[in-house]
Amino acid sequence: MILAAGPSWNPIIDLQQMWSFPFMVNAFRAGSIVAVLAGVMGWFMVLRRQSFAGHTLSLIGFPGAAGAVLIGVAASYGYFAFCLAGALVIAALPRAGPGGYSEESAVTGTVQAFALACGFLFIALYKGFLNGINSLLFGNFLGISAGQVTLLGVIAALSLAALAVIGRPLAFASIDPHVATARNVPVRALSVAFLVLLGAATAEASQITGTLLVFALLVMPAATAQALTARPGRALALTVTIGLVVTWLGLSVAYYTPFPVGFFVTSFAFAGYVAAQAVRHTRPRWRTASIEASPMPTGIAP
Amino acid sequence: MTAHSLDSDVDRQPSNTVAPRKEDQRPVASVITLRDEAVERGGRRLWSGLDLTVAAGEFVAVLGPNGVGKSTLVQVILGALPLIEGQVRVLGGAAGRANERIGYLPQRRSFDPSLRVRGRDIVRLGLDGHRWGLPLPAWWPWPGATARRAATARVEEVIDLVGAGGYADRPVGELSGGEQQRLLIAQALAPAPDLLLLDEPLDSLDLPNQAAVAALIATISRAQPVAVIMVAHDVNPILSHLDTVVYLAPGGSKIGSPRDVITGPTLTQLFGTPIEVLTASDGRMVVIGHPAHCESHAGQQP
Repeated sequence: MILAAGPSWNPIIDLQQMWSFPFMVNAFRAGSIVAVLAGVMGWFMVLRRQSFAGHTLSLIGFPGAAGAVLIGVAASYGYFAFCLAGALVIAALPRAGPGGYSEESAVTGTVQAFALACGFLFIALYKGFLNGINSLLFGNFLGISAGQVTLLGVIAALSLAALAVIGRPLAFASIDPHVATARNVPVRALSVAFLVLLGAATAEASQITGTLLVFALLVMPAATAQALTARPGRALALTVTIGLVVTWLGLSVAYYTPFPVGFFVTSFAFAGYVAAQAVRHTRPRWRTASIEASPMPTGIAP
Repeated sequence: MTAHSLDSDVDRQPSNTVAPRKEDQRPVASVITLRDEAVERGGRRLWSGLDLTVAAGEFVAVLGPNGVGKSTLVQVILGALPLIEGQVRVLGGAAGRANERIGYLPQRRSFDPSLRVRGRDIVRLGLDGHRWGLPLPAWWPWPGATARRAATARVEEVIDLVGAGGYADRPVGELSGGEQQRLLIAQALAPAPDLLLLDEPLDSLDLPNQAAVAALIATISRAQPVAVIMVAHDVNPILSHLDTVVYLAPGGSKIGSPRDVITGPTLTQLFGTPIEVLTASDGRMVVIGHPAHCESHAGQQP
């Protein structure tokens, strides 16, 4: 989207120039809300090792939106209907307990493949719709109205508030389901509640980011943060920070180049993940060395 | 470092470092009362007519061959499985009512190597993981800063108690089985329980670690005092600490002191086949002629 001759490389002037267009302001606002929402949801998703379920929920929005357009209603209804229904289906699937994710993967994958097939069918049936595939799959950052930003903000605030209420027992149930059950934590109900929240967040965010980019914002910042730190509070803060930074960078770079926003956001997030893994795999070696070099416990030392 | 630090820590720990119990928890004369208990699992009657009373500070081992319902007994005490006959009272009420006063260690858990959460956070979940809401950071000034400091101190205390201070800040997935087991015992101890339910806690440990963890549990049991019910495959590491043995076998059950229960005549009667119990010069026991596993009780470690 070449709208300007090129960046002046003065960040203040460039920002002023970008934000002189209301659609860019709305893109930054919506992108920031999505980055925070997807980051926090994604942190729990990665902790629960439910990335595949998250991927399915992201993709399931595509046939939902295509189907909604086919029958002549707004795409939002399709996103919400399919993502929430998908969340309930995944929640109802048998789960072999901690570590027993193989069953879930196979059934979830089956649901996902069928959903995608339906999406293509709906698009084929609605012949004039083909141009819309791009925005369903890859998002439409540049046509966001102020009303959409407000709605997005309200839904994000509600989802995050719900997650804040169930956050700690959800983490307990995710990390240690047996002990959590013994301590009367409603493990099963929390699992359903989380999937529904994830579905709602995905449905809302997909309308701006598209089906494919929403998953990138769910999984990449969280995975990057968890590679960098094992402290839950810091990891959550880092997840949100990474999400915001890659979204802002992606929007800014896309503004000055002819390439799409989604490509840049995803690429920056990917670069961050690769860098974090590189850091993680070099750092433990120093740590181990320092532990081995530390003196033996008193009981053993002569 | 793991193999020997605990021995020294146990020796160093004076018993008064264990947190005094909260004053509202009056001492309970009998922690558990089972009367004429019978349980079915999968349509099969596992054991019946079990009479067991456990006092505060008592160390009880549940022994027996595989598939006889040792873990089932733990589930009954947690209130997760109903009885078909008899009654069970735990900590002065029906089973399952006072689970926040039970420290529970499920059978053979090891965390996923990719789990990026510190050991310290795992222990903290045992203290307040069941509460709704998100934990505020320790440095946050208001509200409840005193309670948060107390919780942080309690976590530190139980981590020191099990000798896990050297690795409590590392991601739990990267730790050895013995290190994880110690952190899980700290997690079970964190809320200052009146009863510890440990399902094969020594199973994944090497011999020195078995002895060290057994001694640690015995020390805690006497010092708190907290009743301990430990499901065990091998009686030898805990033999010198035990007050009571519950021997479950296909042909019935026997409860009494180790010297009374682990004898040739008693086991012969339980299993309906000739069994001899030999005592080695160091006090360890070898059971011979056992139908389910004929090997020595002591010779099962890798």
